[in-house]
Amino acid sequence: MSEIRPMLEEMVNKVLKDNCTKELINAAEKGTFPADLWDTLSELGVTAVGIDEDKGGSGGDLGDLMALLKIAGYFAAPIPLAEHTLANWMRSKAGLTAKSELSTFAPVSREDQIIFDPTDEGWSVSGKASFVPWGKDVQFITVLGKTNEGQYITASIPSDQCIINSNQNLAGEPRDEVVINQVAVSKQEAGLVDDQSADNLFSYAMMSRVMQMAGSLERALELSVTYTKERTQFGRPISKFQAIQQQLAIMAGETTASLAVADFIISNIDRNISFEETAMAKIQLGDAAGIATRIAHQVHAAIGFTDEHVLHHSTRRLWSWRDEFGTESVLAEAVGQRILSDAENLWDFITKPPAKVTVE
Amino acid sequence: MKELKLPNVELPEAAEKLREEVRAFLIEEEKKGTYVPKCDSWLGGHSAEFSRKIGERGWLGLTWPKEYGGHERSALERFVVTEELLASGAPVASHWFADRQTGPLLLKYGTEEQKRRLLPQIAKGEIYFAIGLSEPNSGSDLASVSTRARKVGDKWIVNGSKIWTSGAHHSHYMITLVRTEALGEKKHEGLSQILLDLSAPGVTIRPIHLMTGEHHFNEVIMEDVEVPDDMVVGIAGNGWKQSLAELAYERSGPERFMSTYPLLAELVRQLANSESDNAKIAVGKLVSRLWTLRKMSLGVAGLLEQGKSPEIAAALVKDLGTEYENEIIKVARLLIPSHASVSAESKFDALMAQAILHSPGFTLRGGTTEILRGIIARGLGVR
Repeated sequence: MSEIRPMLEEMVNKVLKDNCTKELINAAEKGTFPADLWDTLSELGVTAVGIDEDKGGSGGDLGDLMALLKIAGYFAAPIPLAEHTLANWMRSKAGLTAKSELSTFAPVSREDQIIFDPTDEGWSVSGKASFVPWGKDVQFITVLGKTNEGQYITASIPSDQCIINSNQNLAGEPRDEVVINQVAVSKQEAGLVDDQSADNLFSYAMMSRVMQMAGSLERALELSVTYTKERTQFGRPISKFQAIQQQLAIMAGETTASLAVADFIISNIDRNISFEETAMAKIQLGDAAGIATRIAHQVHAAIGFTDEHVLHHSTRRLWSWRDEFGTESVLAEAVGQRILSDAENLWDFITKPPAKVTVE
Repeated sequence: MKELKLPNVELPEAAEKLREEVRAFLIEEEKKGTYVPKCDSWLGGHSAEFSRKIGERGWLGLTWPKEYGGHERSALERFVVTEELLASGAPVASHWFADRQTGPLLLKYGTEEQKRRLLPQIAKGEIYFAIGLSEPNSGSDLASVSTRARKVGDKWIVNGSKIWTSGAHHSHYMITLVRTEALGEKKHEGLSQILLDLSAPGVTIRPIHLMTGEHHFNEVIMEDVEVPDDMVVGIAGNGWKQSLAELAYERSGPERFMSTYPLLAELVRQLANSESDNAKIAVGKLVSRLWTLRKMSLGVAGLLEQGKSPEIAAALVKDLGTEYENEIIKVARLLIPSHASVSAESKFDALMAQAILHSPGFTLRGGTTEILRGIIARGLGVR
């Protein structure tokens, strides 16, 4: 664990607690990017954690970033902390320095292709990417494309040179279509990305959602416990009824399980986490999201699914994030494929998961 | 909510080395035909011979001091031995309770004499313990037990009965929760734990057969059984607190999510190289959950290693784990239609039968799901 982590966590916790008010989150969902909050975090160096200083970052490691994303999830922070940092992480892998301007990465699905055609001056970039987080708010879209020789390559395309068609996820977070049509990029502005780093980008994106969901589950549980202690029916707080207690216990179980796998990732990210382990972690969080949101809303009853209460800031995010970068089924199929192709070694798989190194 | 935080535990190299030794031994023994892998083998698989073999290899009393026959290794090494034994479906029931909870109990509360006399024999896999908690009229409301021990001179005279006592007919002693003072206003007070010699006059062990016809459960009836004063564990009257301390060991280990693992392993073998998306997804989900539960259980082992008593975390592991043991059955039977039967020749069908017929016990033994969730709720501050 990096030495700065506890301090960073405390600082980010304070900033987000002070800033991520119901009003700010609602405004963000209606389209007003919280620029002041982002600038504050940027000045504190929080938006460049996990990127080496010689690449324009603030240092720290990706475990630090993941720990901060858990806090961001807890406060339902409507900012692209994961996407902006991962965009710059990819740049650093390509030998490029970090962009301090707000950015995101694209595509978020391997099915969307961005092509880099060689020109005399460098590259001509074209392609389309769907559901790009914060596409409409950022200044740069850092794309992971391919050359005509099939090599991964990245460059940051100014968003005003793209066509951006707005869309949103269930939580009102921008998930936009980005169309890039023959945008010229100079040789110096682009850099090749090795296959392993390209894979890692998607793994880190999955891990980011794991963290955000873990924080969000923690928040939803706290809200539920608090509410059931306050809400009185039949002459006593509803938390005194066994029916409610048993539901909260189930929610606590899923939350604890989710926090355990999230902490596993935070602790191991700079050493050795395989794709399968990342997938298994996200399957846990995805399952937990389904169970916990149902219980949270059930115990909150009617008020919980109104705009007046804040519960939906957490639950709508959980419903969105569980589907981003792989649903439980998509990921379980990949994990199952791996297991069934080596059926005799199931127990080895569980005790010593395959080590496809994602070392930084 | 601090109670919900489990540490991330990495297994030390020594533990992984030990794993290789244990695994090699188990493969060899299974090959030799010493045992046939079974579901729920930690409850139903009795073999004194096998327990002694494990003891000879130094895999019982793993964490205890050497002066008491132990091996002074870490709780994490014990975790590895435990999970390897369970994964192989080996017959470990004889020594299970003694190694898991009687040993740690005696180390914490036992007299020097008790420790010297009993621990080395437990570590050799030679003497076995049953746990005498439930009574005909005291189940989940355990503190209401009425088995009575009266002090007469330097002896205790015990009267009452314990029920659902697994393996009492294979065991030498029963750690017995008794009332040493009359039931007062506070039912948690006046309880004590005694080491009851199951061969003593006045002890009757009545089998209560499971619905499979198997004999695991017993009723242990005690009529004027004389127990020497030096067989009281810890302080007379402190029995409730001492019993609670055992629970974190009892509830968080791999046996709380691995009782049906042999069925999962066979399911995966049957589906090897299957191209079915449905099979891949179902297996991928099952294995993911197992991976998660193992991380949680390791986290609790880490807390125990630090000397903590994580009662709530242990309850969480048992609740999720025992639901999972049932989930394996549900998924397996829908993926591969079987003709489950305890006498089936097909391994899959036999394991399926064992799993289904033992399944009601998973979420009952060691604290029912409902009781566990009550404990968790208390941890959340709503009770």
